[in-house]
Amino acid sequence: MGAKRPARREFLRTGATLAGGLTLGAAAPALGQAPSQSPMIKGEREGEIAYGARSKYVTSARIPHGGRPSPDAFGLTFHVASPLQDSVGVITPSSLHYFATTRGAFLPDIDPKQHTLMIHGLVDRPLTFTMDDLKRFPSVTRLHFIECAGNRASRRAKTVQETHGMTSNAEWTGVLLSTLLKECGLKGSATWFVAEGAEEVKGASSMPIAKAMDDCIVAYAMNGEAVRPQNGFPLRLMVPGFEGIFHTKWLQRIKLVDQYYMNYNDFGHLNQDHKTTALAYQIGPKSVITSPSGEQRLPGKGFYEISGLAWSGGGAIKQVEVSTDGGKKWNKAVFQGTPQRMAHCLFTCPWNWDGNETEIMSRCVDEIGQAQPTREQIAKYWNKPYDETFSVPGLDNSIQPWKIARDGSVTNGLA
Amino acid sequence: MGSRRVLPIAFALLMGVPALAQGPTYGIGRTPTEEEIRARDISIGPTGVELPPGKGSAKEGALAYRTKGCAGCHGATGIGGTAPILKSRTPTNPDVWARGRILPLRAPFATTVWDYINRGMPLNREGTLTPDEVYALTAYLLFINDVIPEDQVLDQQNLAAVKMPLGDKYASLPDWKPRTQRLKGYPY
Repeated sequence: MGAKRPARREFLRTGATLAGGLTLGAAAPALGQAPSQSPMIKGEREGEIAYGARSKYVTSARIPHGGRPSPDAFGLTFHVASPLQDSVGVITPSSLHYFATTRGAFLPDIDPKQHTLMIHGLVDRPLTFTMDDLKRFPSVTRLHFIECAGNRASRRAKTVQETHGMTSNAEWTGVLLSTLLKECGLKGSATWFVAEGAEEVKGASSMPIAKAMDDCIVAYAMNGEAVRPQNGFPLRLMVPGFEGIFHTKWLQRIKLVDQYYMNYNDFGHLNQDHKTTALAYQIGPKSVITSPSGEQRLPGKGFYEISGLAWSGGGAIKQVEVSTDGGKKWNKAVFQGTPQRMAHCLFTCPWNWDGNETEIMSRCVDEIGQAQPTREQIAKYWNKPYDETFSVPGLDNSIQPWKIARDGSVTNGLA
Repeated sequence: MGSRRVLPIAFALLMGVPALAQGPTYGIGRTPTEEEIRARDISIGPTGVELPPGKGSAKEGALAYRTKGCAGCHGATGIGGTAPILKSRTPTNPDVWARGRILPLRAPFATTVWDYINRGMPLNREGTLTPDEVYALTAYLLFINDVIPEDQVLDQQNLAAVKMPLGDKYASLPDWKPRTQRLKGYPY
């Protein structure tokens, strides 16, 4: 085998040279001649037989979010946004999944053989689980989005990555937290739980026990492989539909308690107004057109398929509508696949652009009837003037308009 | 011991299955020792029940603030560094909320301050402070925000009882239920 390989390479090289020589001076292949071979990816790039890489021509990339560099001067990573303008399908590739850390943190390098999850506090039987232990439990595999509370559109943002890139969607596999809590024997007095990560700041959040028993997942896998370090390797708590910070990465401990524990992250959620506080847990219904979107350009009038993503912390998306005339008329979009609960769903809508200036936007309704609002509607609800200073209370789920100019350029409709 | 174990089982059998259903279903996992739990449990709740023994004053804290590197990121006086400020720029504003989002000022409990210094500070050397140093740094930060007098010594017994300026002047937390609107009556 070893002796054959160089010979085959030699043959290929000679063949390529020969083919190149033959095409010299001939603009088009002769009738009946096979089209010339595309250039090949040379050799076997280190490690790519074992673990594949994308083509060098595909350059879609994450960017630091909100003007704070990652890594920063201390080497800490903070917020990094996903390139939604390039998104196709509903799954965010793990390498492009957005990530954020509690206060800016170093990524811990955890040996899964050493890692354990301890569950203690108001339980009959505190238990420590190794990674192998956790993989023995009955598992679930579900699509879920995560979204950072800071995923907020602004007039300054140019691309959908800047306005909406702090959300992503992946397939998560793990054990239901309720399964583990039943194994530990949850006491009736447990009303809250505190989940803690193993990063150096040991980010911890208090969450209601009703959420733990409903649908939280102690996840060890993401998109068919181990959870990536930036997303919590080897273990991450999924809290479907809640703000990103609750989805505790590098999960190492869960404590059952009888009151809100007021850790640092909890302190960050405090508010004067109970309405605003309520909006800082479960994410509202939200959608955005990802194509065409800010900084893209339509080459000319004619047919385009508008596509985008919709999601809600309240359940599955029931309906998405698209307007291509600045919000006057709304057309029902088509779902590609069945919308899942607390997951991005992909919608599309055919569109013939007549070449005139216009504005396109999407809006959605979820399965419990919550509807995505315009910024004006939100301002009206809160009795606040709708002007440049207006900031959406809680996580911003307002409608995002994109302006289409006559030359086909697409810009932020809020600008 | 043997009879103690048999009795609940016999009782459960008499009462039917539900009592037995309280037991573990899969028998996976290891029971941690009390010491192991104490060593890993760094969550300090509002009652302070998890606090370790130790004590510290603002004077000792001022020293630790300089020697442990706090001043390097948070500024010599808690203002002016690259890290979040630790002292209000408008300390006399009667509205606590208007004085800024400052942990040792806006936290409803002093235990929140202790917990965070203990788990998350100093940057890249987390977990190296002794309990005495954490009590002292907490006392110092509360003192520079006029929460406690300079000579007050904080310890395992009195930390949770410190009266913070915010008191209970913050919104209650929502009673979350699955498949319900995030805010009752809010259509969005």
